[in-house]
Amino acid sequence: MSESFEALRDLYQDVILDHGRHPRHAGRLAAFDAAAKGDNPMCGDRIQLWLKYAPDGHVEQAGFEARGCAISVASADLMAEVVAGTSVDEVRALFSAFREMAKHGSAARGASEQSAALAEKLERLRPLAGVHEFPSRVKCATLPWHALIAAIEGTQETSSE
Amino acid sequence: MTRHDATGMARLRADFPILTQRVHGRDLVYLDSAASAQKPRAVIEAMRVTMETQYANVHRGLHWMSERATDAYEATRDDVARLLNAPERAEIVFTRNSTEAINLVAHSYGRGVLRPGQAVLISEMEHHSNIVPWQMLRDAHGVGLRVAPVTDAGELDLAAYEALLADGMVGLVAITHMSNVLGTVTPAERLVRIAHAHGAKILLDGSQAIVHRRVDVQALDADFYVFTGHKLYGPTGIGVLWGRRALLEAMPPFLGGGDMISSVTFERSTWAQVPHKFEAGTPAIIEAAGLSAAIRYVEAIGYDAIGAHEARLTDHALARLAAIEGVEILGRAQDRGGVVSFMLANAHAHDVATLLDRQGIAVRAGHHCAEPLMRRFGLDSTARASFGLYTTEAEIEALATGLERVREFFA
Ligand SMILES: Cc1ncc(COP(=O)(O)O)c(C=O)c1O
Repeated sequence: MSESFEALRDLYQDVILDHGRHPRHAGRLAAFDAAAKGDNPMCGDRIQLWLKYAPDGHVEQAGFEARGCAISVASADLMAEVVAGTSVDEVRALFSAFREMAKHGSAARGASEQSAALAEKLERLRPLAGVHEFPSRVKCATLPWHALIAAIEGTQETSSE
Repeated sequence: MTRHDATGMARLRADFPILTQRVHGRDLVYLDSAASAQKPRAVIEAMRVTMETQYANVHRGLHWMSERATDAYEATRDDVARLLNAPERAEIVFTRNSTEAINLVAHSYGRGVLRPGQAVLISEMEHHSNIVPWQMLRDAHGVGLRVAPVTDAGELDLAAYEALLADGMVGLVAITHMSNVLGTVTPAERLVRIAHAHGAKILLDGSQAIVHRRVDVQALDADFYVFTGHKLYGPTGIGVLWGRRALLEAMPPFLGGGDMISSVTFERSTWAQVPHKFEAGTPAIIEAAGLSAAIRYVEAIGYDAIGAHEARLTDHALARLAAIEGVEILGRAQDRGGVVSFMLANAHAHDVATLLDRQGIAVRAGHHCAEPLMRRFGLDSTARASFGLYTTEAEIEALATGLERVREFFA
């Protein structure tokens, strides 16, 4: 088997294959405070996202329904996992750090140094960093995050095109 | 047997310089010809020679160079007329691609000839380029849009097609001659006969069909036929609309500008004769030279040889892929060309395409610009392998082996 093919293990790490196949946070929330859709018209990936806020304004829970590749489903699932318990400002910080990681392989130091808790969450997303070597797949990883930002900003629809 | 039997066809690969490229350290296995075909050296050379020896604007200069460029450009019109067996060269209109050709008809025939209340009939297996222009016409001009369904096997439902024409309100049928997703070749002659019997004109989208088989617009008795140069081994940026002269003459222009006029004053302008009425602005002069070379290249090999070669490959691919555990093929039409869409259990089409790409194998994944068709089959996307005259059995084997690996990867 060629080296190049084996390099795919960097993209499709076990965590991704596992969460892509058996997402833990799939499903519409029975009660929610915000929702958004994400759409990648180029490839047909779609996600719907629901958020429930705690009384203090933190994200309490996220649920999603996605039709897409292993990368986009795994990314949505890991995202739903890490955003639980974060403030809206922290979500924005995580998004920009994650986007940077997806594009360049690692996040700028500033973002990950913000707090130990955020750094830990970002670490949980690290298996997705492999997409940076597959430019046409970066959008698969970031689509759920665009939907998340649309949900917290109240813009409802987004596109990662 | 012609000069181009199986070994003859294999030798043609050498005409396509790009096929010696390596991708991710592997020999390129290019199975995406339905999206765009690779170019033989003859096409590349024709464009280079045009730029190096006889390039100027056309239909404008009185100087020698412009006359030569005009002659060459107009000679391509003769090549296209011959390829399609069009009755007249003036019936050949150059466009940018199939999309523009369909838009031209939707605009000029749609608004100029069809009346509000009449309808256009398309099918469920159309490319977006043969859907969206008609929706725009519907919304702007009140012309209805009807859709003929496809069967589970991926063939056009002929009974439903005829039923949709029965009330005589359909003014124009616009339908594909070959599906870019299912590989289905539609029974064009019958579709034309049925359309005419109900008083409708018919446009055939030959973007895929003309790559694989001989098209004779007179034998088909069609009214409009469109195709795009880049899928026929020619360059991007040039496509063709053929239409019956009487229809073209009855249609108002599409775009306005230079070259398409007879005279212009600030009060009014008058139009040039067909086909120039529809060719506003400086056309794709260099690309026309490339298209001419592509047509000559295909003609020299012959559609019989191309068709036989691709039928062999397609049969082989269908059998080989179907034997792989978890692979399901979309589209089981009796009459089909070298396009095979498939799904792999437990793996999304994009993941399949990425894993194949890393083995040097280029396939397309997605909705293939045919979202309504995908929805018809309850799918978001498929992977698609498509073949050209340079495709080999060894490449089909590489695809099958590659897919086995992908299957193991996601097992
Ligand atoms: C059946 C069919 N129709 C139309 C088109 C549009 O061709 P183009 O993009 O060159 O206009 C394509 C290819 O993309 C096609 O496969």
